[in-house]
Amino acid sequence: MLAFAIRRLFEAAFVMVTVALIAFVVFRFVGDPINQIVGQDATIEDRLKLREELGLNDPIPVQFARFLVNAARFDFGISYQMKQPVTAIIAERFPATLELALAAALFAVALGIPMGVYTGIHRDRWLSKIFLTVSLIGVSLPTFLIGILLIYIFSVWLGVLPSFGRGEVVKIGFWRTGLLTASGLKALIMPAITLGLFQMTLVTRLVRSEMLEVLRTDYIKFARARGLPERAINFGHALKNTLVPVITVIGLQLGAVIAFAIITETVFQWPGMGLMFIQAVQNADIPVMAAYLLLVAFLFVFINFVVDLVYVRVDPRIRILGRPT
Amino acid sequence: MCGSIRASASWVGPRERSMRDPADSTARSSAAGTIASARRSRLAAFLDSDLLHSFLSSRLVVLAALVSVLIVGAAVLAPLIAPHDPYDLKSLSLLDANTPPAWEQGGDPNYLLGTDDQGRDILSTILFGTRSSLAIGFCSVLLASALGLSLGLWAGYVGGRVDTIIMRIADVQLTFPAILTALLIDGVALAILRHHTVEGGKFSILVLAIGLSFWVQYARTVRGVTLVERNKEYVEAARLIGIGPLKIMFQHILPNVLGPVLVIATINLALAIITEATLSFLGVGLPPTEPSLGTMIQVGNKYLFSGSWWMVAFPGLTLALLALAVNLLGDWLRDALNPKLR
Repeated sequence: MLAFAIRRLFEAAFVMVTVALIAFVVFRFVGDPINQIVGQDATIEDRLKLREELGLNDPIPVQFARFLVNAARFDFGISYQMKQPVTAIIAERFPATLELALAAALFAVALGIPMGVYTGIHRDRWLSKIFLTVSLIGVSLPTFLIGILLIYIFSVWLGVLPSFGRGEVVKIGFWRTGLLTASGLKALIMPAITLGLFQMTLVTRLVRSEMLEVLRTDYIKFARARGLPERAINFGHALKNTLVPVITVIGLQLGAVIAFAIITETVFQWPGMGLMFIQAVQNADIPVMAAYLLLVAFLFVFINFVVDLVYVRVDPRIRILGRPT
Repeated sequence: MCGSIRASASWVGPRERSMRDPADSTARSSAAGTIASARRSRLAAFLDSDLLHSFLSSRLVVLAALVSVLIVGAAVLAPLIAPHDPYDLKSLSLLDANTPPAWEQGGDPNYLLGTDDQGRDILSTILFGTRSSLAIGFCSVLLASALGLSLGLWAGYVGGRVDTIIMRIADVQLTFPAILTALLIDGVALAILRHHTVEGGKFSILVLAIGLSFWVQYARTVRGVTLVERNKEYVEAARLIGIGPLKIMFQHILPNVLGPVLVIATINLALAIITEATLSFLGVGLPPTEPSLGTMIQVGNKYLFSGSWWMVAFPGLTLALLALAVNLLGDWLRDALNPKLR
């Protein structure tokens, strides 16, 4: 277990250093950082002085090392566009994205698992067919179209839900939460559904196929032969055994949810990190792009690492297979 | 694209024939020499194949194929069938802007599906926009498959350090969703080209961004098959008689990996089209002067609250139908070509 964790940790570190290298190369070589910081009328002496101060004349490996150290201290420099420290901007935006992502994941699980169980048990009922059709559409349609459709129905047509923003937020320490006000919760509904729909269909299909597989096994037949009630068989015996892959997929998808939040946040003008990143891309704001890239990479690697460990903990078969021979 | 389709037909062809119809091969050898008869027997084999049978037995798949053909056909023929030229700025009149569809009140029969905020005919813009979306989709899938195929073959055949490096890069890239990689490449390219305008630059940037974010899947699949194939006797024989590694890779091993590659490519096409639409919707794709479906939806979205629903609805519907149809075709192809499910 420990050897496995250490090997995984090394792999995670490798990914992080690679991503940091990409972020550094982009940061250092795309456009001249000096030109972005000073105005048009700065003199050449000023520029040279600033260049020396920022350490841009040092050897490249030294600069990369400094970049890594700064990144580890969450120091990503000043945004070209907003003239504020990147860290401050991210700290302001991060809670919005995390709340949205968690709400979306919750929606996906809370609806996906029951739908998957139902379609797995009752294969040929018409409700199952409707669920599967909905899930096919959910997989095929681009996220932003679903968002626009929801806005059209619930904001333009029925006028019951707000189409943009987070509503009222309450500040707890540095964390601004929208979960404690009625308008904040109302504003969360549509973005969370839009963002979570793809993951919901994924969970539905996964639980369904796992259920179909498990229900065919001998121990289920045996449970039936013992005369156990259907309910106990389906939920106590079958569902429990489908949950291992489901947990993994949900964990891994949490990273995807954070990345896809870029699209949802643009549709709903949700003031999170995704919207910040898109604005940075449009304005060629390299420090913000680099910081976002590193942060998301860290989240991904962290989630992958945790999921791997949980997986080994939950499923003893992997522990045996993963042992080096 | 045409190349890979033809290649795939020959990939399916021989196996189907030898498996299903022994009489056919004798008929073929007796009529050997004439190309025409060989071609006819190939057609007969195709008509008799499992592939065609499974295609016709699902109404949904036939419908999806019809829709795809219809949309692709309309897009290809856009310059001939579009009632207006959306790229011709001279013909636009702001007086015609925001016209609703012809059947609504205030509609103009000249603009069947209405006009956008610049007075452009929606129907014509959809036709030309689908053309751009499809072109970018096809080109990026071509780029991704060519890149993934070459790297996968190389990694699988040579092995060792090359293999480790290529697969490590693939692993790192696989940690991120493709849309994020595409956005990043797009963003960096935009930042580099900020002060230069290149003719067709946006198109190439999009193809590059989408192509580079989808190669991993091809490379992994191709590498897997290559690892198996390279130890087989025919490869050993080819090596013994002194054929170079490049020729072995591309002439001997390549035909064996084309099947799975074609399946991935079909599924990827829908993804590539959606990714392009998403990038355009996010404002980092094609500009409003030469709109793709995504750009049209982005522009129309701004007018959703003023009641101009047609600006979003028709391009959105086209995109949804296209994505759904290609997805269904890809799913079917994957199942039909998967011997495990037979």
